[in-house]
Amino acid sequence: MDDRERAGDHGGADRTVTPALRLTGASLAYGTRRLWSGLDLSIAPGEFVAVLGANGAGKSSLLKVVLGQQPLEHGVVEVGGRPVRRGDRRIGYVPQQKGLDPTTPLRARDFVRLGLDGHRWGPLFPSRRVNATVDRVLEAVGATAYADAPVGRLSGGEQQRLRVAQSIVGDPDLLLADEPLLSLDLNHAAAVSALFHESRLRTGAAVIFVTHDVNPVLPYADRVLYLANGRFRIGTPDAVMNSTTLSELYGSPVEVLRSNGRLLVAGGAAPSEHPHAHQHEEAS
Amino acid sequence: MNISWEKIIDFSDYGALLELVHNSLYAGALLGLIGGLIGVFIVARDLPFAVHGIAELSFAGAAFALLIGVNVVVGSLVGSVLAAVLFGILGNRAREHNSAIGVLMPFGLGLGVLFLALYEGRAANKFGLLTGQIVAVDNPQLVSLAAISIVVLIALLVMWRPLLFASLDPDVAAARGVPVRLLSPVFMLVLGLAVAMSVQIVGALLVLALLVTPAAAATRVSSSPFVVPLLSVAFALTSMVGGMLLALGSSVPISPYVTTVSFTIYLVCRLIGRVRRPAARPDVEAKPAAVAEIV
Repeated sequence: MDDRERAGDHGGADRTVTPALRLTGASLAYGTRRLWSGLDLSIAPGEFVAVLGANGAGKSSLLKVVLGQQPLEHGVVEVGGRPVRRGDRRIGYVPQQKGLDPTTPLRARDFVRLGLDGHRWGPLFPSRRVNATVDRVLEAVGATAYADAPVGRLSGGEQQRLRVAQSIVGDPDLLLADEPLLSLDLNHAAAVSALFHESRLRTGAAVIFVTHDVNPVLPYADRVLYLANGRFRIGTPDAVMNSTTLSELYGSPVEVLRSNGRLLVAGGAAPSEHPHAHQHEEAS
Repeated sequence: MNISWEKIIDFSDYGALLELVHNSLYAGALLGLIGGLIGVFIVARDLPFAVHGIAELSFAGAAFALLIGVNVVVGSLVGSVLAAVLFGILGNRAREHNSAIGVLMPFGLGLGVLFLALYEGRAANKFGLLTGQIVAVDNPQLVSLAAISIVVLIALLVMWRPLLFASLDPDVAAARGVPVRLLSPVFMLVLGLAVAMSVQIVGALLVLALLVTPAAAATRVSSSPFVVPLLSVAFALTSMVGGMLLALGSSVPISPYVTTVSFTIYLVCRLIGRVRRPAARPDVEAKPAAVAEIV
């Protein structure tokens, strides 16, 4: 469909710019089980890549690799031109919405602040300079109204907004999101997806967005990485999210239907390999 | 009934008594400070049960020291650090190690009871390890308590911010470079020291009143990370020193006073929390229409 459709492409954007993330010949295995191999992927600054695939296909593991928490079996992974390492502060990370305890001793603004200087040793003191930075980010994600509310008492949607704020407050070059829309209703899922898009436009950070449902990010995704059965496809959403490509990837008939601008993936695969079987489970 | 009341509250000769127990009051104040601070993390990491378990093994260590005639503080330190390290190895999350604690705790308590039964010295020493003692703090003991306090205080202050991050939001903390896996055993070690200190004064059975209740009360009335530790320390100090002053004239162990003051503070805080924050908070979430403005 276009030149970025298949693996081995070199990013959709300017090639002279250092990629925000580059994987070369990467493969990942847990023991004898290989999740994926031969993955070449170069993500340009400001690019939005949605990562889709069945449960256990290695979507979250890909993020762990980028975070330096999981070594590759083969290949090289670089963030901003340098090898990955644990705790790289050029990376912002948004995990699944888990719901914080109501007695969590943090207000929304403190929760966001931890993304800025929570890793530093020593006691936590109020700081005017930090407050100004946090206020700016809270405004950007539309959370000013509850800036001083106890974070544990906010709704799931509000907490996820704050997680986005927490991930961008350190001004990262790369934003990783691991199923950030899980357990959010459609409106909130759309709003949180829009926040990621807005953040990358504002800061030029690349976004890698792991999700089981492509629809909320469909308006924003430049490319889709689809992982299944140890194989993968990379390309524009149109190039990947079609019946031919997915059937080939799953090795069984899969139909992609369009309805009101939404994509529905209906698989003919066995239940365990059904592309959307994982929707009913908690992602690991 | 008249006789029992005099046993419980008796303020005659108060001045003279105060002279006798000033060491204990210093010890109590130290304990209030440490207990209030470390309690914030015990609550955040969901570790009250581990604290209880550590206390029982600390008691066993102290009882053994009493039996073989060595320093009781050393015995209780060994027991509690051993327990803390064991629990730390068994898992980071409360769910992973709760059953292990449930298995180890009665074993430790049983050992402690055995050692006390074999011990033929003063009975007050025995009872004190379980329910607290007030007059027994001599100068060397105060010095050792102060030394432990300083170690615990410095350790807590140094790791405060990353530890708070790791306790409340471990996944993101790890992604941001907080050494989550290192902090966990280090915190357990520090916790072991704090528990060993508390066992000396409030007794093994009631350390929770000092290490958990004040922080739990503080999180009911505030969610500021600056206010909660201060309140927690204030509550722990009030419970500890207040409880001691009340207990002074009586012939009853100090722990019921400390636990009652501490529990009363908790109840009041819950009430205040209920009044100030109704359970159902109106949803101020931005409507989808507002998204357009943000983007």
